[in-house]
Amino acid sequence: MKFFSLILTFIALLSTFSTSSRAIEIQKVTSDSGVTAWLVEDHSIPLVAMNFSFNGGAASDPADTTGLSQFLSGMLDEGAGDLTSAQFQAAINDNSIKMSFAASQHRFDGSLQTLTVNRDTAVSLLRKALLSPRFDAAPLERVRRQLLVSLENERENPRVISSRAWIKTMVGKDHPYARSKSGTMLGLKAITSKDLHARAKKLLTRQDLLVAVTGDIDAKSLKKVLDQVFGDLPAKSDIKPVVEAAVLDRAKTQIVDRDIPQSIIQFGLKGIKRKDKDFVTAYVLFNIFGSGQFGSRLMEEVREKRGLSYSAYATLYPLRRAGLILGSAATVNARVGETIKVIRDEFKRMADEGPTQAELDNAKAYLTGAYALRFDSNSKITSQLLAIRKAELGIDYIKNRNDLIRAVTLKEAKRVAKRLLHSDQLVFTIVGKPANVTATSN
Amino acid sequence: MFKFNSLTFSVFAAKTTALALVMLVASPVNAKPLNIDVSEFSLDNGMKVVVIPDHRAPVVTHMVWYKVGAADEQSGKSGIAHFLEHLLFKGTKKIAPGEFSKIISRNGGQDNAFTHLDYTGYFQRISKDRLEMVMEMEADRMQNLVLTDKDIKTERDVIKEERRTRTDNKPAQLFSEQMSAAQYTAHPYGIPIIGWMSEMAKLDRQDAMKFYHKYYTPSNAILVVAGDVTADQVKALAQKHYGVLKNTAITKPRLRTMEPKPIAARRVIMRDKRVSSPYVMRQYLVPSYVTAKDNEALALDILTEILGSGTTSRMYKKLVIKEKIAVSTGSWYSGDNMDYGTFGFYAVPASGGDLNALEKQIDAIIADVLENGVTQQEIDRARKVLQAETVYLLDSQSSLARIFGRALVVGQSVDDVINWDDRLAAVTERDIKQAAAKVLQIRRSVTGFLMKPQAAKSAAKSAETK
Repeated sequence: MKFFSLILTFIALLSTFSTSSRAIEIQKVTSDSGVTAWLVEDHSIPLVAMNFSFNGGAASDPADTTGLSQFLSGMLDEGAGDLTSAQFQAAINDNSIKMSFAASQHRFDGSLQTLTVNRDTAVSLLRKALLSPRFDAAPLERVRRQLLVSLENERENPRVISSRAWIKTMVGKDHPYARSKSGTMLGLKAITSKDLHARAKKLLTRQDLLVAVTGDIDAKSLKKVLDQVFGDLPAKSDIKPVVEAAVLDRAKTQIVDRDIPQSIIQFGLKGIKRKDKDFVTAYVLFNIFGSGQFGSRLMEEVREKRGLSYSAYATLYPLRRAGLILGSAATVNARVGETIKVIRDEFKRMADEGPTQAELDNAKAYLTGAYALRFDSNSKITSQLLAIRKAELGIDYIKNRNDLIRAVTLKEAKRVAKRLLHSDQLVFTIVGKPANVTATSN
Repeated sequence: MFKFNSLTFSVFAAKTTALALVMLVASPVNAKPLNIDVSEFSLDNGMKVVVIPDHRAPVVTHMVWYKVGAADEQSGKSGIAHFLEHLLFKGTKKIAPGEFSKIISRNGGQDNAFTHLDYTGYFQRISKDRLEMVMEMEADRMQNLVLTDKDIKTERDVIKEERRTRTDNKPAQLFSEQMSAAQYTAHPYGIPIIGWMSEMAKLDRQDAMKFYHKYYTPSNAILVVAGDVTADQVKALAQKHYGVLKNTAITKPRLRTMEPKPIAARRVIMRDKRVSSPYVMRQYLVPSYVTAKDNEALALDILTEILGSGTTSRMYKKLVIKEKIAVSTGSWYSGDNMDYGTFGFYAVPASGGDLNALEKQIDAIIADVLENGVTQQEIDRARKVLQAETVYLLDSQSSLARIFGRALVVGQSVDDVINWDDRLAAVTERDIKQAAAKVLQIRRSVTGFLMKPQAAKSAAKSAETK
């Protein structure tokens, strides 16, 4: 499920587009060691949440130990400094601290949540985890066993299979995006504690470190916390940049045979990146076309009119080195041909005619109105702040975002629909036993 | 550590079940009271209302819960409660077909619904100035649903696809369905919420309307509003929109066929070639919060925390860390249903591992609890963890709304929820030992193995002999 959850994470990031009318006051806090955090103070609940993100991730894993960054994310809370794995876990559990790490293709993220009363303990544990992880043999072998079983599970999961096959086709088998960040059996088996130490040293640095904090803490205290946790990490990282992907720009249909009653249909084509000048317009357009909500084109045509699938969506999928458009539906094997035709026709219809004025108005009303729902809890605010920082949208973004959405015109939306929705370039990956579909040769 | 078990077994949601009945007024860790001022009142037609103020953002969560779920379905009509839930998004005399959710979106809101064994719920999350609008719409569809045969036909295809997506494409889900079917020999909890495919395929408009008329009436509904509102504001609006509705059906006590005395341990062996990693599961028929006596349910919540929650639990320490035969373990107490709960264990072996060996280890852990109980230190620890979780919960208004709705819809009170924290503190070593002795009896259990098919050899052999 790892790859799929990456897609979901990305969808969450799109939502940073929303704004809040709640006066969210972001303070920029810079520590003595130069670590910057965005802080939203809220003392109504005795909790503090901190999300942070380091530069570098799975896409720069060494080729012979792919899965290394993810392995690292599973090892940082398995013993550090003077604490063995058991002691570290007991300290976390007994103090009701939530600490987690996760590797994505370009970033290595972490999150810490604690009750105010346990803040000092939480900070000291996180400092240990980042600065002096132990990677002792027993927990290392245990996590390896867990990762191997997890990888076996992914291999049989039809959704993971379709995601992997599709992205491989889109970016080519040699690009790092085509590799699973969970690694390979061989790679996982080869990883040693030395590899983990080397990877930690490379990833856990202050270069391009992003931090977002909300809750029961003031700027002055946060400054100290930042130095305690991150201040002694290396200042620089030397992560090699990931090469640009050559994205496939012609149609293809591939079938992965699996004996399941319902085929998973993943589809998409070349798209645009976050920094593209048309991004905001395209974002509004895809809300109309493929949001997966009632009223969106794909949902209406695939589900509401024909009952072909429980869910149907398409979304922008702007990776750092590849702009993509990605969508999904799932239908009983016998109706796959019909479903694909509907999807293709809808791409064509949207490219030819664009959205209607009413659709555009409704999408804008939804997108600007639902902003506040993204900011109604401290944990949501923390994620939003970090996502905005990752996308380099600036500290005023929340204030300006709704104006950007409102500025999208029908003419622009039509132009962008024509620019992006090439029904003759759609790449379909089907996992199942689909009827009435033929794979393209090559 | 990797919590990938939550990916594979999200259906267990051990944490969620433990928290199902959680609420507090006083912070457990340092005794500074948290200002959650929950109000409860009833409208003249019997509809209950709960208000949970949260003034941090100018939004509200508006939910209507009906005291009807899959376990209330007539025999042979499995899936009708869930099907009807889908159909409530079609149209009414006032709202054109398919417009309900579009109106909510157009007003910057999000909506959805859910069906469970004991309840069906509908909710919207929206700016507080639209609260009256969503109330008007929800009150309207409580009584004025309009369905066409075309709606029925396409939506029936949708629920069939939903079943394929959620269940038929996933061996773990099919297995869980089989475990429940084996657990309940007579009670309807053994029937899947989404329904059996053969029965879903035959559900029609009449079935839906009959179910709707029987159960969708104010006295059978509970309104929960959380967010940036006061009890007085909600009271006035609720009276205006829900209070004026007349009851169209008489709410009867929810009497289901009860389980006969459990006398036989059952085993479920399921083989599926799509299984990548096998696992073992053991579950027991136990009381729920509603049916439990004294501290029983609370004791089971603490017991499951001690035995199977996280990396410091007895199961993880024994099976994963010490014996190294499992990669993932856990236990759960699911106590928030009306008639019964389950208490269960699962373990996923390391690659190529043996399920029988895991089952033996689980048996040993259970035997130890039955003989020696748990220590006061373990209880204190577990309680601290559970109480801290309640503080985390306060950050989410929609979670709070759900917790109160779910408790009330099965017959618990606001006080039961609020006092959970205090009552937890009263649980003793003896309570836990007694509860364990009562429920962890093999005759109450189902043990399940989910496995790959037997080695291809024997299959090839039988093909040859043909």
